[in-house]
Amino acid sequence: MALEKRDPVTGRMTTGHEWNGIEELETPIPRVVIFFLVVTILFSIGYWIFMPAWPLGWTYTKGLLGIDQRTTVEQQVEQAKAERAVWMDQIEQMDFATIQADSALMGVVQEAGATLFGDNCAVCHGTRGTGGKGFPDLAAKAWLWGGDPEAIAETIRVGINSPHEETRTSQMLAFGRDGMLDRTQIDDVLAYVQSIGTASEQAQPTPEAAARGSEIFAENCASCHGEDAKGMHDLGAPDLTDASWIYGGDLQTLHTTVYSGRQGHMPAWEGRLSAADRKILTLYVLALPQEKQ
Amino acid sequence: MVAQLTSGERQLSLVVLFLLGLAGLAMGVAGRGDPIGVHGLMVLVIAAGLAFVVMASFYAPEPSPERLDHYYDDPSKVGIVLTMIWAVIGMFLGVWVASLLAWPDLTFDAGWASFGRLRPAHTSAVIFGFGGNALIATSFHVLQRTSRARLPDQFSPWFVLIGYNIFCVIAAAGYFMGVTQSKEYAEPEWYADIWLVIVWVVYFAIYLRTLARRKEPHIYVANWYYMAFILVVAILHIVNNLAVPISLGSAKSYSLFSGVQDAMTQWWYGHNAVAFFLTAGFLGMMYYYLPKRAGRPIFSYRLSIISFWGITFLYMWAGSHHLHYTALPQWVQTLGMTFSVVLLVPSWASAGNALATLNGAWHKVRDDATLRFMMVAAVFYGLTTFEGSFMAIRPVNSLSHYTDWTVGHVHAGALGWVAMITFGSIYSIVPWLWKRERMYSARLVEVHFWLALAGTIIYVFAMWNSGIIQGLMWRTYNESGTLTYSFIESLVAMHPYYIARAFGGLLFLTGAVVGSYNVWMTIRSASASLAKPTEDMPEARLSPEPAE
Amino acid sequence: MAEFFHRKLERNAIGFVVAIVAVASIGGLVEIAPLFTIDETVEDAPDMRVYTPLELAGRNIYIREGCYACHSQMIRTLRDEVERYGPYSLAVESKYDHPMLWGSKRTGPDIARLGDKYSDAWHVAHLINPRDVVPESVMPKYGWLARNALRTDDLGLHLKAMSRVGVPYTQEMIDNATNDAFGQASPDSSFAGGVTERYGEATHVRAFDGDAARLTEMDALVAYLQILGKLTDAAQPKTASAEE
Ligand code: HEC
Ligand code: HEC
Ligand code: HEC
Ligand code: HEM
Ligand code: HEM
Ligand SMILES: [Ca+2]
Ligand SMILES: [Ca+2]
Ligand SMILES: [Cu+2]
Repeated sequence: MALEKRDPVTGRMTTGHEWNGIEELETPIPRVVIFFLVVTILFSIGYWIFMPAWPLGWTYTKGLLGIDQRTTVEQQVEQAKAERAVWMDQIEQMDFATIQADSALMGVVQEAGATLFGDNCAVCHGTRGTGGKGFPDLAAKAWLWGGDPEAIAETIRVGINSPHEETRTSQMLAFGRDGMLDRTQIDDVLAYVQSIGTASEQAQPTPEAAARGSEIFAENCASCHGEDAKGMHDLGAPDLTDASWIYGGDLQTLHTTVYSGRQGHMPAWEGRLSAADRKILTLYVLALPQEKQ
Repeated sequence: MVAQLTSGERQLSLVVLFLLGLAGLAMGVAGRGDPIGVHGLMVLVIAAGLAFVVMASFYAPEPSPERLDHYYDDPSKVGIVLTMIWAVIGMFLGVWVASLLAWPDLTFDAGWASFGRLRPAHTSAVIFGFGGNALIATSFHVLQRTSRARLPDQFSPWFVLIGYNIFCVIAAAGYFMGVTQSKEYAEPEWYADIWLVIVWVVYFAIYLRTLARRKEPHIYVANWYYMAFILVVAILHIVNNLAVPISLGSAKSYSLFSGVQDAMTQWWYGHNAVAFFLTAGFLGMMYYYLPKRAGRPIFSYRLSIISFWGITFLYMWAGSHHLHYTALPQWVQTLGMTFSVVLLVPSWASAGNALATLNGAWHKVRDDATLRFMMVAAVFYGLTTFEGSFMAIRPVNSLSHYTDWTVGHVHAGALGWVAMITFGSIYSIVPWLWKRERMYSARLVEVHFWLALAGTIIYVFAMWNSGIIQGLMWRTYNESGTLTYSFIESLVAMHPYYIARAFGGLLFLTGAVVGSYNVWMTIRSASASLAKPTEDMPEARLSPEPAE
Repeated sequence: MAEFFHRKLERNAIGFVVAIVAVASIGGLVEIAPLFTIDETVEDAPDMRVYTPLELAGRNIYIREGCYACHSQMIRTLRDEVERYGPYSLAVESKYDHPMLWGSKRTGPDIARLGDKYSDAWHVAHLINPRDVVPESVMPKYGWLARNALRTDDLGLHLKAMSRVGVPYTQEMIDNATNDAFGQASPDSSFAGGVTERYGEATHVRAFDGDAARLTEMDALVAYLQILGKLTDAAQPKTASAEE
């Protein structure tokens, strides 16, 4: 029934079967296929002998090398840490000023800090630290809690209004919503705020309003922002006279700020970043180049 | 086409449509205020529409008994048209999704149009809509010719084809509404999954019943692959989709497995969806249309045996290569990696078998873009499987995993292999089915070929570049031993490649549109139709050779 | 000989089917079944807690929006991943994840340890328009999350189904699911107390979207994002406190 015939092109016999005109040749399996089959299977068997491989019901074969991916990575991380110790130890032990004076160490701070900042801080403060609405510009050096390295390191460690037990806390009260100031009073105090600083002047504040506002300011705001409105580092209250705004200096935003209050949240990094990494970040933040406005 | 059904089959259709409509109604009522209710109404409308079509020809005269002397190709014809429609939809979604990664705001402010919902719509539309319809349509065609037997009845193929497309429509509509199980390539929810099981059982039954009536003593290789595709996909689908719905009136379910067991089950499924849907099924297609178009015998029968059983056995072990270095125990990763490496041999054996079959027909490859589609497909199949086995090696995967390299690999397979073999097969089958001498325009086939090839190459090269750059940036260290790049820097570096990929995809989509036009014009063309004798059932009645 | 056998097999459809099923079943059986029997596959974590109803609802939104298509929740045992994202993920951490969301693509960063990393306000701003806070981002906008009220009437059914697949929700948790969801996002309401009572003192009870009066999908999603990696401390190095 099967009708083998010879294929004129290859000279091989067909298997003699035919399906709707399709035939098959009796070509033997090419040697190279068998060869690679054997090679890959031998490789696999070798691999199984040395590495964890086969399940045995309640356990599995661990392999002669005793390798386990978790131990491997833990060792690698430890070893990397040991290699970094050359400079890391110095950073951990030296005080800020000494490190800042050491250009080699500051080079490392730049390298390491850029990625740490990019992966942890940049989503809020921007890749170049310039901040955004609701998130302060760290390059502007208009520090809420003071510009000395210890204050900044502490902010990074415990955060601001964060769930950390020792968190820094700060709050801008909701003068309007909580009924401490009425609409005209808010307008007046904002006229004053605009008159003393760089707040963009959309509605030209009249001198009279600003004068009234000055009194309201002294009574309500100075306790936090200071008599001169230059802010208070102990409370994290911002300077209202400089060019840098967290939320914005336009009238609309100022109004929202004073009406509804603000309570920015900066996460705490203790527990997520090591002390050394936080120190690097502190130095990195302090060294951020100031952007031209 | 309804006129071709016997009156018994017409009645059966109405009963089934009635039951389907009833199920839709029940879902609609039970699921008020839930997406399952919308799905129910969709099912109801579809069932009513189809019932209307059946009713329109319900009293048409009985078909002539002579139809039994010919193969039954109506479902294949409709399947081919659906294949081309899904191709355009799916690839359009692909281009959209690709553009969103280059220009993220290129969309509407609405849930349905956001990346996370469009992406599964893309993958399902191309894999299940385009790929699945191509497999069903061609499998009916191949099955009959290689068995020299007509499909067992005229109802069940329609049930499979239409039922399957209902599944695809439910799936796609579900993603837009946010209905998904999140398991890649198994996203549809529990009720769609159950429906697919029913469809699949009927599909399998068609295969067995036709084979039982075959007049060829031996089952041809193409059918081995189609059968492996049907059977294994059924096993995978049922196990991976086991879930508990929160109520019968809700689309939401919770999968039976969790954590590490769920991960392994999912990627056992996911990898073998690739293996048995995107590989075995299309190898079946290749094993028929390539030798047929080339007019050459298969290079080696024995090689076919080795590669078939090698693929069927080895693929099922390889899924854990999707979970290297994860919380999956390392022993499973070892097995996944080693079996993936061995798997290369049968994979290349089948690619080699296809290419060697072309010996003696290379002049045809040069002149005939249709055959060239299939030749290039076999090359990309070899390339993708080589790449896959390479990426399955743990240290390589530590770089490639999570990156665009995987996406590049996927599309080398999806565009270069799956889509090319499908287009080649479609350009072969369309003139045969519609009894035309040739495609409407050979030039347009040529145009399609070059668009597809250029699109694939641009896409794949863009993703190789972006993937490797991404992987390297994530693990590059400074001299000081700290990470050099932040994640965002790697993201910025991807931008040019995302634009290139969108462009490559656009070329590929354009090709598919050109192809659809060509197919449509071929179907419509009034040119003298001819009945090729080989396409009827040779000796169907004359030599009833027992099929054992 | 082998070929002779195969020629016979080829003539027998049922035999061929049985052969395919047999040959194809082995791999899955050997690789999956032992994951249920080998004890060390999933580590012990006595402090492991379950998702609150609000967090579970958030997780379902995460699934619905397809966030897993861009974000992995699986830190691999590789040096760079551990140094970038934190301790590698353990199997036990996703023990209650039906299904798991380990992911396969990192268009965005891994978020397995995202909990408490950023503020609620940042998440809200980011989800409404990622490019407002991260100009380089390609992540989609999810403005409707803040607009849509969260569906809570069926949360009891969700917990019930989760308990059916093995998550230890008590009947009390199931009965109070809807109230607990409301209470968790409304710290001053009378329902807030029940949440910490049932799910532990460490549970976040806050107005996640900034508005305690409305329970939105944003509340749920942010609540979920803020506990990623926080269900158990099993993965944290034992020396963490010593190191500080
Ligand atoms: C979730 C957003 C967010 C992230 C992430 C974040 N910050 Fe902040 N950060 C803030 C906010 C908000 C403030 C201001 C708090 C306020 O309004 O009082 C702040 C304030 C600060 C300050 C105090 C500025 C001053 O003027 O005193 C420093 C320093 C700082 N951040 C550094 C960092 C560093 C370093 C990182 C990364 C390790 C970081 N931040 C990550 C939101 C964030
Ligand atoms: C209880 C202390 C306190 C009082 C009283 C107070 N502030 Fe503040 N103010 C703050 C703090 C703290 C911030 C920073 C809030 C933040 O960063 O989230 C702030 C922020 C602001 C800002 C936003 C600055 C920016 O950069 O966007 C303005 C404007 C402001 N205060 C004006 C006022 C005015 C006007 C008053 C009086 C009506 C006032 N504050 C009273 C503590 C106070
Ligand atoms: C198109 C891909 C894409 C989708 C879909 C997507 N994201 Fe993102 N996601 C990103 C990218 C890119 C980033 C990094 C840039 C940024 O911070 O926006 C990111 C960042 C994030 C981050 C900050 C992570 C970190 O550690 O800095 C969070 C949180 C997040 N996405 C949550 C989500 C949620 C929740 C969803 C779904 C509702 C989602 N993403 C959907 C791409 C995506
Ligand atoms: C016009 C052509 C196409 C374009 C532009 C395109 C584009 C895309 C894009 C942008 C993604 C998402 C990648 C990511 O998340 O980073 C994707 C994913 C995917 N596409 Fe396509 N695609 C096309 C055709 C196809 C075809 C024809 C198939 C299958 C037959 C296919 C199968 C897939 C699969 C399986 C994924 C998921 C990959 C993964 O999860 O790793 N695509 N495609
Ligand atoms: C020898 C054959 C093959 C092997 C060993 C193989 C191996 C792999 C590997 C290692 C990955 C990456 C997994 C990860 O890191 O996440 C992968 C992903 C993928 N491969 Fe292959 N591959 C093979 C053939 C194919 C073919 C022919 C296709 C056809 C289209 C294909 C489609 C895919 C898809 C869709 C994914 C993406 C899965 C996902 O993450 O969503 N593969 N494959
Ligand atoms: Ca499913
Ligand atoms: Ca709320
Ligand atoms: Cu795979």
